[in-house]
Amino acid sequence: MTETYTLKIRRYDPESGSAAYWEEFGVDLPPERSVLDGILQARDRQDGSIAIRCSCQAAICGSCGVRINGKSRLACNTKIGLAAEAAPNGAIVVEPMGNMPVLKDLIVDMDAVHWKKVQRVVPWLLPEGDPPEREYIVDPESMIDVTQAMACIHCGVCVSACLSMEVDPDFIGPAALAKAYRFVGDPRDAHAEDRLLDLAEDPHGIYDCTHCFACVEVCPKDVAPMNQIMRLRRRATGDYGIKDANNGYGHEKAFTDLIHKYGWLSEAQLLPKSYGDGSLIRAQLKPAAVRELAAKFPTIVRGLASGKVSPKTALIHHKLRDQDEIRRIYDEVESKDDRLELNLYIIGEDGSEEGEAAGSGGGAEEGAMAEGGQES
Amino acid sequence: MPSHDVLVIGAGLAGQRAALAAAEEGASVGILSKVHPVRSHSNAAQGGINAALNPEDSWESHAFDTVKGSDYLGDQDAIEVMCREAPDEILTLEHLGVTFHRNEEGRLGTRAFGGASAARTYYVADITGQAILHVLYEQLMRHDEVYRYEEYFTTKLVLDDDGHAAGCVARQMRDGTMELFAAKTVILACGGNGQIYNPTTNALICTGDGIAMAYRAGAPLMDMEMVQYHPTTLAGNGLLITEGARGEGAHLYNAQGERFMEKYAPNKMELASRDVVSRAEQTEIDEGRGFPDGTVALDITQVPRKRIHEALREIVNVGRDFAGVDITREPIHIKPGNHYTMGGVKTDKDGHTGVPGLYAAGEVACVSVHGGNRLGANSLLDTLVFGRRSGKDAAAHARNHRMPEPPHSHVSDEEATLSELVGRDRDGRRVSEIRADLGKVMDEHVAVFRDEDGLLEAAQTVQRLKEEAKTVAIDDKGTIFNQDLFGAIELGFMLDNAECVIVGALERKESRGAQFRTDHPERDDDEWLKHIDLTLDGDRPNVTYSEVTLTRWEPEERKY
Repeated sequence: MTETYTLKIRRYDPESGSAAYWEEFGVDLPPERSVLDGILQARDRQDGSIAIRCSCQAAICGSCGVRINGKSRLACNTKIGLAAEAAPNGAIVVEPMGNMPVLKDLIVDMDAVHWKKVQRVVPWLLPEGDPPEREYIVDPESMIDVTQAMACIHCGVCVSACLSMEVDPDFIGPAALAKAYRFVGDPRDAHAEDRLLDLAEDPHGIYDCTHCFACVEVCPKDVAPMNQIMRLRRRATGDYGIKDANNGYGHEKAFTDLIHKYGWLSEAQLLPKSYGDGSLIRAQLKPAAVRELAAKFPTIVRGLASGKVSPKTALIHHKLRDQDEIRRIYDEVESKDDRLELNLYIIGEDGSEEGEAAGSGGGAEEGAMAEGGQES
Repeated sequence: MPSHDVLVIGAGLAGQRAALAAAEEGASVGILSKVHPVRSHSNAAQGGINAALNPEDSWESHAFDTVKGSDYLGDQDAIEVMCREAPDEILTLEHLGVTFHRNEEGRLGTRAFGGASAARTYYVADITGQAILHVLYEQLMRHDEVYRYEEYFTTKLVLDDDGHAAGCVARQMRDGTMELFAAKTVILACGGNGQIYNPTTNALICTGDGIAMAYRAGAPLMDMEMVQYHPTTLAGNGLLITEGARGEGAHLYNAQGERFMEKYAPNKMELASRDVVSRAEQTEIDEGRGFPDGTVALDITQVPRKRIHEALREIVNVGRDFAGVDITREPIHIKPGNHYTMGGVKTDKDGHTGVPGLYAAGEVACVSVHGGNRLGANSLLDTLVFGRRSGKDAAAHARNHRMPEPPHSHVSDEEATLSELVGRDRDGRRVSEIRADLGKVMDEHVAVFRDEDGLLEAAQTVQRLKEEAKTVAIDDKGTIFNQDLFGAIELGFMLDNAECVIVGALERKESRGAQFRTDHPERDDDEWLKHIDLTLDGDRPNVTYSEVTLTRWEPEERKY
């Protein structure tokens, strides 16, 4: 059944010489249709000059990234009824994506930001030597594993939502780093270590992500870009022992060590430990670390002066009451033979491995192709 | 003026593959697209790509399945080429980085697909087209000798005085400037015309631009009446559920819970050819055994959930986001929906069209390898094999030709036409209104079942819409991303396409492949084992016929 919705669209016409403005359109649609259907109806019936990139209407082509009620999304897979429920004052607010320059109405310059960053990660396979006569023989799970990153449609929604990029526009960012994992995780690529070293040493690389989950939340294809970034970090440190000049590695180690020890973060120890690869003593031996610590001194003073921290809470850190539970989590994770990976192509939506064992590959397929009826 | 040895229009799989092949031959290549290349509709090919790569399989078997699938309208020499070259194409893609599914030994693994006598469909989960498209684009990013013109809308082809292709006129969408491109050869790779139907599984960009531009430039079109309806599309919005679902073991049921394919294709059941399954579904629906929303049910629940998550993840999302159904737990309602353009610009095995120097590859072209009905997972193969062959041939052709110098009047003429359109008073109908009427009449009368009365009515409607299109009015008066203007140009392309589909469907007085005439329900090899060619004559298509090439397979009765 059709209902009436109000779309409040951010308009911008660079040829008018005027600033961006809001314009409201009333549209009639059943609630299960999409916000894109609403925008197209407004364009078809009321104002043909509304500009938005769109094509497949099925969340495959990645054209229609926008912000709806402040949240970065694809317009085509956002139901208009749900968007209306979440809308302030009933009007569904539609704006162009963030972190990218606006060209007209809802169209942003993806080339200037997103595609430039993709180009930065050397986005093509670099195998060693000539290809084999037939296919490369690789572990079947590895192909399913990188398929999660391959599922990226380059819509830019994660780029739009990225808080790190808001602070550091040079941050390579979630989409391009997920693309990097697609090569690092691909056993046919011979340059995983070079790639990781490059991305770890770049001050705008893998350690520039602040772990805020915004990209994971907004990604319409479940690529979970932040997870791919974390996997790049784990491969960099765990597989290749890369210790980057930016101390990203040291910071992460200090962080996990402190949680292991206290169950919560000891800010006073975090900085010095970060600079000493996780060790307070080594930090004091490194001139660079001392310099960096000295530079942080005013921040510490401000914290003390404002009463945000007291010397007692800062320096004498107590453990959590149920600290053993935290340790148990560490033990559990570290006792696994394989690294735990969150990959929806492998574990499914609810994280429970159901049905048959992992290798339903070759044999089961050949069975399934038996002529006609496949009732087993 | 930008000039290239080889100018490719369209940057989906066929276009990108052609560009890479031409560049490999040392040609200077330009590739234009009205969308960023990764937005191309090749993305939507979910299920996979066919090749007889297994030692137990053979290209002859693949070719026979394709010939049979085409209802013997496919040209067998071209089908042989496609099936012979398929394994190498798969290996090339694999070496470039496509993350094809592996079996337990780590070798390329396959899934079953409709109309095939062996499991020979290679795939990446259910994002095969997307994965290949993105990997080819990686190569374009790597090779800067291929010059990319992204978001350039081509409005017409340019020929020289001898009738040889000489380039095109295109509008840079971002700032509205019109540019003349000079080229020794032009390859059309702009996809099909699904948008002339509503609903359709096709993206909004699939407006038959290349077919119409070639037709207007004098190239013959072929078998335009052959329009594929895919058996599993969502009722409301036409979204596609991959054939891979049935390949993985999903069943079809009518509202009475009967697995009705038993009646229509007792051997292949749900994996019969698409035209066969679509007709079966439409018959069930028309005879009152469908659901009230005009659908039947696709049941995927017997496929293990683990397998669904790794191999059919995209349609889990489609079901959830666009139909509100968890396909791992309940059946989903589907019906036949417009999907693929088997006809198109008539070409030979190397992509040559009727205009010298003009090539066509992919869905825009009609080689014909699909004949009356395309098999699932043969479309990606078609784009890649004939994209590569066109690119290679065009590069060779360019070596023996001087760079043409088309006069600037081509641009000024186009500019004048478009300015008139933009400046026009708002007396006429809107683009969207005409487009809606077109989609409706095509889906009503030029769909799974056709007859003369319906087709004549459709023809009349299209003539009226063509008149109305001459005074169509647009709102946007600007130059930057004037999508309103592009919509009006596309409307003209679409109406030419629709007219040709209807003329072909009226002409072919038999039932073959996707063309089912209720007033001529039998296949008639004596009279109609031939292609229908359409050439622009004045402002109407002129009908001629050409032979179907048979090599080793004589037509026989088609049963699944």
